[in-house]
Amino acid sequence: MKNIRSLFIACCLLLPAAAAAQVPYKRIADADAEPGNWLTYSGGYQSHRFSRLAQITPENVGRLKTAWVYQFKQRGTQETSPVVVDGVMYISESPTIVTALDARTGRTLWSWRRDISPLVKTIGFSKVNRGVAILDDTVYVGALDCYLVALDAKTGAVRWETKVEDNATGYSITAAPLAIDGKIIVGVSGGETGIRGFLDAYDAKTGKLAWRCWTIPGPEEPGRETWGGDSWKTGAGATWLTGSYDPELNLLYWGTGNPGPDWNGDSRPGDNLYTCSLLAVDATTGKMKWYFQFTPHDVHDWDANQIPVLIDANWQGRTRKLVAMANRNAFYYLLDRVTGEFLLGEPYAKQTWAKGLDAKGRPMVLPNTEPTIEGNLVWPSLQGATNWHSPSYSPLTKMFYVAAREMGAYYYKSEAVYKPGTFFAGGGERALVGDKASGAVRALDVTTGKMKWEFRLQSPPWAGVLATAGGVVFSGSNEGNFFALDAATGKPLWDFQTGGAIEANPISFLIDGKQHVAIAAGQALFVFGLPSAGRGR
Amino acid sequence: MKWNRRLCLFALFLASAIAAARPGQDSDVTLTVVELAQGKRIYVGQCALCHGIEGVGGRGPALNQPTLRRAKDAQALYNVIKNGVAGTEMPAAWHMTEREVWRVVGYIHYLNRAEDVKLTGDAGRGRELYRAKGCAGCHIVRGEGGASGPELTRIGARRSAAYLREALIDPAASAPDGFLVVSVVTRAGRDLRGVRVNEDSFTIQLRDDEDRFHSFRKNELRSLKKEFGVSTMPSYKTLVATELDDLIAYLASLGGSK
Repeated sequence: MKNIRSLFIACCLLLPAAAAAQVPYKRIADADAEPGNWLTYSGGYQSHRFSRLAQITPENVGRLKTAWVYQFKQRGTQETSPVVVDGVMYISESPTIVTALDARTGRTLWSWRRDISPLVKTIGFSKVNRGVAILDDTVYVGALDCYLVALDAKTGAVRWETKVEDNATGYSITAAPLAIDGKIIVGVSGGETGIRGFLDAYDAKTGKLAWRCWTIPGPEEPGRETWGGDSWKTGAGATWLTGSYDPELNLLYWGTGNPGPDWNGDSRPGDNLYTCSLLAVDATTGKMKWYFQFTPHDVHDWDANQIPVLIDANWQGRTRKLVAMANRNAFYYLLDRVTGEFLLGEPYAKQTWAKGLDAKGRPMVLPNTEPTIEGNLVWPSLQGATNWHSPSYSPLTKMFYVAAREMGAYYYKSEAVYKPGTFFAGGGERALVGDKASGAVRALDVTTGKMKWEFRLQSPPWAGVLATAGGVVFSGSNEGNFFALDAATGKPLWDFQTGGAIEANPISFLIDGKQHVAIAAGQALFVFGLPSAGRGR
Repeated sequence: MKWNRRLCLFALFLASAIAAARPGQDSDVTLTVVELAQGKRIYVGQCALCHGIEGVGGRGPALNQPTLRRAKDAQALYNVIKNGVAGTEMPAAWHMTEREVWRVVGYIHYLNRAEDVKLTGDAGRGRELYRAKGCAGCHIVRGEGGASGPELTRIGARRSAAYLREALIDPAASAPDGFLVVSVVTRAGRDLRGVRVNEDSFTIQLRDDEDRFHSFRKNELRSLKKEFGVSTMPSYKTLVATELDDLIAYLASLGGSK
């Protein structure tokens, strides 16, 4: 009897949060209007990873304290970017676990774990999950075994699951899905196993496939001529990171990965469309409206899966819809997002492979920069001048903040023999490590790409960046530092040693009307806030 | 030029035949001339930096030996190349195909026709010298000694005799990773020089020459100078030749000389 009463009281207490966990598409589209929540992977469809909360400022950030810490359930690399809705934080954990936390205290409300076989194929990447999507009352997660799973946001109960592709051939999912109006958009990993990449849309209610957009053209399709022989069949072009969306244009912006095999391009003469590209895809039909290829015939594994950041800015006298990307190949790009027209490209980190970009944005590749059997030293390393960790854009400072990696590598070329579900890469690298490598958080002028300031880091980072309306930029380091910089100058303002490498993106949200910042570090999720008067924290 | 190449291939062919005929470790590595040449090309490009062009060793152990300490047979050598050796500088060759690794194994077996290198020094006398010169002040051997230099308990297994000789004569030429010399001046004007123990973007931890730890936040420092290519170890080039040979023999005996 007592238990039943306790259960009833508990249900009543949870009810306000549960009832409020309704996230219609319009809420996500208007995410800027409710900065106390964090409704989608990058904070909003424009992928600014910018918080409009302004309580934490350069003047008070030095007083930040830990509000709570959540220990992940299973040891692994934790790359989650939380979603926060009306007092509930939804996180993913390695390998494929989804947990709902009380955002006030970090206490678990429910947790769901997918049974992932130890033999699951994750070739070329770690057993990670970067986050969830929420739409209406359902939470969506991509699983390592390449399923899309829909969970009841109130209980974690499985509503449906859909097989996206066959993990046995190397397909997997690590990215957070993107929820738009009635559809869940999913990208796949597997670029080191010779998959044929695609972007999928699923009906949010039923899990039925709505459309598939192949990133490698098939026979008779435009772009097929950029692949020698049958090489397109193992052309890769994975879509392994969450893209962006412009509701007005109804276009998805999604990056594609390396061609297969990665480091040996002999078998795939040509530009290898649409690898290492940004695709603009009609969200209703899945048809590609335009593409821009950053690295034609890539042989360094410079995926272009980085976050496309949608910006409306003045370009040569008129306001235009733009998309910015700090690419793994060390160039910062600005494109017209209506047409895909190349507008600007500037290096933002050390690179030794291209003389520059031509008028159409095509790299002018320097000789002797290809991988060889003996090894060829090139900057950046295969992990790129940046990688999956998110950049941030502040509409207040008009700066694009990127966590840049300064690392060179000897690139090796080897044989590439395709066997389904095995490593199909044709080489690799030996990176320059230790003091030969470093990193920086850099602030770029968004329309010129010129560096305004930088804050140097001990090693090439794997942590994303969050800018806030309070004028603070947050990021992290491999050595466990979570820190705050002045958004205008880059001056360090505050830092905290978390004790574990930070390979995740920060977010900001409100607890009881107070701004907080969350970051995964090592095997825990940390939440920081300003101490409340009289509470001693 | 063409003849040189033919000669080289002929030599490799002979080596291949020899390797294939050898019992035990080599019996399961039979490569064609072309395969062996490919193995050499990979070895020279990717392995020789540490193990020497002819497998004489250097930063890594010599491979031109009849037996290898971590690779008693061909399969063990394959595993070492493919997976690396945890806790050492030997990386995993994850980027090589199975076939390519076997070719490198074959080429290393071609190299290891050499007899054991006989060191001329006396390891017992070298041990006494090690004590007398105070090496233990900075180096640990079997749990005893200071930590401002690298541990030497297994140094004989990890470094060639030639490398050890160079390290004793000109320590800066082979300053080891993980022992970066750093000089700092605090805002209060205090100078300190030591070996870096740890560092992140905001802090640095040093060990001084008396094994004391010092912790600094970087914003507390007026200057922080990293002395790349510098070693705190004195040169032992003043030792007479036989003493040097003895000391090398002792160091080479630590952890096995194979």
